[in-house]
Amino acid sequence: MNMAFKKETFRDDYTFTNSPEAIRRFPFPFDKDEYMYSVNIEQHTKGVPGSVFENVIDLDEHYVAECEDRRITLEQDPDRCIALPHMMDAQWDMLELGMESLAQDFPEHFQLTKDGDKWHWINKPLGIDHTFIFGDLSTLPMEPFEFIGRQLQGDWVVMDQRDDDLFADMGIVTSQADWSLAFDAGMSFKEWHGPVPQANEMGIFERALKYLLHLQYGSPVRRLNWTMTVNPRLDTSPENYPVWGPDNVSVTADNVADKVFLRVELQTLFRLPRSNAMAFGIRGYLISVRDIATYPRWAKRLHRVMTNLHPDLSEYKGLTNYRQLVIDWLAPMDDGADIGEGTHPE
Amino acid sequence: MSVLNVTVANVEQITDVVKRFTFVQENGEALPKFSGGSHVVVSMNINGRTHRNPYSLMSSPANTESYQIAVRRQDNSRGGSVFMHEQVKPGTKLTITYPVNLFAINRLGKKHILVAGGIGITPFMSQIADLNRLGADYELHYAYRSAEHAAFRQELEALCGDRVHFYVEDDGSRIDFGDLLSHQPLGTHAYVCGPEPMVKLMLLTAKHLGWPSNHVHSEQFSAPPIGDEFTVILTESEKEIVVPGDMSMLEAMEEAGVDAPFLCRGGACGRCELEVVETDGALLHHDHYLSDAEKTAGNKILPCVSRAKCTRLVVNL
Ligand code: HEM
Ligand code: FES
Repeated sequence: MNMAFKKETFRDDYTFTNSPEAIRRFPFPFDKDEYMYSVNIEQHTKGVPGSVFENVIDLDEHYVAECEDRRITLEQDPDRCIALPHMMDAQWDMLELGMESLAQDFPEHFQLTKDGDKWHWINKPLGIDHTFIFGDLSTLPMEPFEFIGRQLQGDWVVMDQRDDDLFADMGIVTSQADWSLAFDAGMSFKEWHGPVPQANEMGIFERALKYLLHLQYGSPVRRLNWTMTVNPRLDTSPENYPVWGPDNVSVTADNVADKVFLRVELQTLFRLPRSNAMAFGIRGYLISVRDIATYPRWAKRLHRVMTNLHPDLSEYKGLTNYRQLVIDWLAPMDDGADIGEGTHPE
Repeated sequence: MSVLNVTVANVEQITDVVKRFTFVQENGEALPKFSGGSHVVVSMNINGRTHRNPYSLMSSPANTESYQIAVRRQDNSRGGSVFMHEQVKPGTKLTITYPVNLFAINRLGKKHILVAGGIGITPFMSQIADLNRLGADYELHYAYRSAEHAAFRQELEALCGDRVHFYVEDDGSRIDFGDLLSHQPLGTHAYVCGPEPMVKLMLLTAKHLGWPSNHVHSEQFSAPPIGDEFTVILTESEKEIVVPGDMSMLEAMEEAGVDAPFLCRGGACGRCELEVVETDGALLHHDHYLSDAEKTAGNKILPCVSRAKCTRLVVNL
């Protein structure tokens, strides 16, 4: 993996690009020619070296630029990071999860040394070197969840578990696919999934919740989710809809391959030890339709999934304005040959 | 399921029927962090068969250099507690699961009423450590049979100060649930762990007094009862397994090499739930998880504690 962290932007001039390595390891989500929701949850065990599943929390060439984009969003809207008062134990749990896994998996970039409760944290890519007392708020420049959240790629929602349900009582959300933490804060699992079509009738949320309530510390799980977005923009929040919404109608046959991005979320779920809360990591990966076509197998697959997509899902994911343009651009690359199951590029 | 290899570091006789065991991790590292009210499942090899019993962690979550559990000897049960009392000594090696919390404090609670009967005190001991650390408002009401059964009384006095109230049955002192639950401030949560009649009485009283059900919490682990032999047929793994009278259905499946899910092994969590396809007899439900309607409908079973009176039981696994 190429770990030269890129200087790039996810807004205004959109200089974001993927290196060939990043394209190759992209978590392409379609293993069949059709896509429908399912309870696609699996153990979050160490995956193939080089893949996005190799480490507990993945790190890639976009790390520094994504943290910078998050800093800008938080500066404009501090409410993108929320932690209700009863989540303080969960805040420290998250700080531990983030620091321990980064230091263990990427020792060349992060170091954590502990002397009892005295922790020394070094984040080289972001230039942070801080010594603090675990559990003592006064020794950190901000609350522990925001402190670590600003140093992680991807959004995190942390849920309190009570009444046989999960409640979104804490989160740092600056790169969401058109949903709002401020709106969902305090809501239960079924409530915040209310807008999703089809899945509820299929019993998906009921089964997923039952499974999650029993999630064990030490046995995290993961799933993939996907959508599409126009321009490599991380902050597609409802709050900022006026900024990015109009881009949806800017797609043309000429620019579709470079303007439309597949946005895949690697979602990880961890039971947190001291608080018994549950961390939900939503790590987004962006790839342009042109870069997907680097691999003919992926181009064929995406063409078929787009063609077969249920209209409710297309509408819910906001693809309706440009889906046909994507299909038309990919069509010449699809000879209709059977490509079997699986998400591999070649 | 992730397991931990532990060595018994200490065994203490607390009363004539209760022993406390201290575990440390075999590799010398600290054990995983946990939250108050969690339990672990201890595996024991008894005459070539694996027994697995759930026990609450009673040591403080603030110190995970070791874990502590307390075991009450139950002479007329299937032998897990007798094994712990007679065979497990300092130096014994055991495997335990990672901690799981099915009896967590509600962190929005304004006040917490903890009610323990006998050995049911154990989950509260780790909860109290958390409540003290969080500066929460709580009361502990602890009932036991007689003075010599007062396990951990001194420790509790040290831990809780004047928040603890003791009730000694032999002295005629009982918890008056009606009184206890009728004048608590709004936002109070009540928790009970102890013998079944006590748990039932508190739940009923709370209901009569109009407590919202999600403010009343209980933890009860049943032990799998002894019953008649029957055969279970697994449709997906295409196996036929005989369940002997002194084994639970879950144990028999595990013995046959089936990787069946579980968390509490006491009929409390629902993780082991199986779908019943058909049976030529009756299901004997012993869990606290399925609703009465689900039990009557008869298409679900929790194999950790429930069994069937039949010749064959077909389940989807
Ligand atoms: C417990 C942590 C989870 C959180 C916090 C969470 C949160 C969300 C949110 C906020 C949305 C957007 C809803 C909207 O449009 O307003 C969503 C969508 C969705 N969630 Fe979850 N979710 C969680 C777990 C799961 C799990 C375990 C599943 C498993 C099936 C799942 C399935 C879905 C699906 C299918 C969608 C629609 C996504 C799309 O089509 O783009 N979620 N989730
Ligand atoms: S394992 Fe918990 S109910 Fe069976």
